Amino acid sequence: MSLDSSEVKKIAHLARLAIDENDIPQYAHNLSNILQLVEQMNAVDTDQVSPMAHPLDENQRLRDDAVTETDQREHFQTVAPQIENGLYLVPKVIE
Amino acid sequence: MYQLTIAEQAQGLKAGQFSSVELTKMYLDRIKRMDGGLNSYITVVEEAALAQAQAADQRLARGEAGPLTGIPVAQKDIFCTNGVKTSCGSKMLDNFIAPYDATVIEKFHAAGAVMLGKTNMDEFAMGSSNETSFYGPVKNPWDTSTVPGGSSGGSAAAMAARLAAGVTGTDTGGSIRQPAALCGITGLKPTYGRVSRYGMIAFASSLDQAGAMAQSAEDVAIMLGAMAGFDERDSTSVDKAVPDYTAGLQKDIRGLKVGLPKEYFAAGLDGDVARVIETAIEEYKRLGAEIVEISLPNSALSVPAYYVVAPAECSSNLSRFDGVRFGYRCEAPQDLEDLYKRSRGEGFGAEVKRRIMIGTYALSAGYYDAYYIKAQRARRLISDDFKQAFAKVDVIMAPTTPTVAFKIGEKADDPITMYLSDINTIAVNLAGLPGMSIPAGFSQKLPVGLQLIGNYFDEARLLNVAHQYQQVTDWHRQIPQDFV
Repeated sequence: MSLDSSEVKKIAHLARLAIDENDIPQYAHNLSNILQLVEQMNAVDTDQVSPMAHPLDENQRLRDDAVTETDQREHFQTVAPQIENGLYLVPKVIE
Repeated sequence: MYQLTIAEQAQGLKAGQFSSVELTKMYLDRIKRMDGGLNSYITVVEEAALAQAQAADQRLARGEAGPLTGIPVAQKDIFCTNGVKTSCGSKMLDNFIAPYDATVIEKFHAAGAVMLGKTNMDEFAMGSSNETSFYGPVKNPWDTSTVPGGSSGGSAAAMAARLAAGVTGTDTGGSIRQPAALCGITGLKPTYGRVSRYGMIAFASSLDQAGAMAQSAEDVAIMLGAMAGFDERDSTSVDKAVPDYTAGLQKDIRGLKVGLPKEYFAAGLDGDVARVIETAIEEYKRLGAEIVEISLPNSALSVPAYYVVAPAECSSNLSRFDGVRFGYRCEAPQDLEDLYKRSRGEGFGAEVKRRIMIGTYALSAGYYDAYYIKAQRARRLISDDFKQAFAKVDVIMAPTTPTVAFKIGEKADDPITMYLSDINTIAVNLAGLPGMSIPAGFSQKLPVGLQLIGNYFDEARLLNVAHQYQQVTDWHRQIPQDFV
């Protein structure tokens, strides 16, 4: 699969990444090369093979629905870019 | 004192030959004098280290010391450390002071180890040369024009230069074993799930595993003993008792069945590296090992499958870096989308962005089956190859890397060539198996690593097999001449 500039822009949008316009051809080139590498997988027929999601084939462990964390909001918000009254601030979303 | 292994330092501390404060000051002094040209540390925590060393000396005086009490170690900057900058090698987290400790860090603290600082790494552990770090490349202490490997390149360089007694790493596709090989130290990636990932900044969750690097297999055994174990805060942690990894080190390895996978000795392997590996295998024969040629026929699928699975999981994991709750935020965002896009676009480096985009593409509507599910099917074939091999042999041996350390800048502009430098380590992560790299000699005055691959949870055997080799060789005790 070879990606063109418009596809790179679309992927960057889906990934919420601002990419410099000048860098797009380079990304298109590199990403296309990576996809070509990846597509070497297609040389092997895997139709009868079941997908392996976990190296030990284990299922996600469940825990009891019990409170285990204490409220550390203030502590955790010390690393936030912008807060007010315990809330995270972002640009206005609703007019 | 810097030449001493962890085991030897622990003896010296217990015998009162030196204190932990003296040991810690010695390393801090070496870091000050020698790390300028290496760039192996991102953060050094001098005051906190000395306070921990004092506490360790008191614990030693009370007779309550364990094997790591008072031992100065360095932590890869991927582990969250409460109150200490945790950057993951990224501009995104350059301002991030972690508000809690990773389980691994808690365990080192509980063992009484001293943390000297946090080591440099490829950004978000994505890289094989430590050149993608926001803090600049790390130099290989054996030849500062070459890379130390990656992603745990800062840890490996610091260890090789004896700027810590032991170091931690993480290994998603070879990030402990490859730098351990290129820097001439001993490194172990445990079985997936053996060491808690809680507080370890996630890259690819079905592959990531923390491990240890040190001079010797005995030291790695001591460190793994402190790090391993079940943690309910990591949903993929395996609830299995932790053995005493040092207990079986002395065991004779006569009759050990060693498999040599022919695919790892094929085209692409440097001739001189091959010669060093063959000499190491001869040494194992003298120790009584029985050598069997085996095949891992789907080896060629490893790199392609990995570059779907790892980027797909990374694109999902790294979506948390959005400029809202912590980390980098762009200046004057126009609206919420602009805030997300520019914070991420400016906060991440080129390699991280490439992988996020590959992963986003592979997981997008219409492509999921062709890429992600296909890669998971290939992953099972790779894993099944190992299952069949371990029905016949006890351990697998191969070169850790096909070449010695390459030059800084040599592969930096070509992602594919860089990815292929992990060709011998990636399959182990896809299968979730434990793997080690041990120093086996030199080629062109640069270290060569021998890779040992074990069956699930067979770390004790790997450490035993490595230790026995280190009883009859001294490659692991060699120090680069500028750091003597």
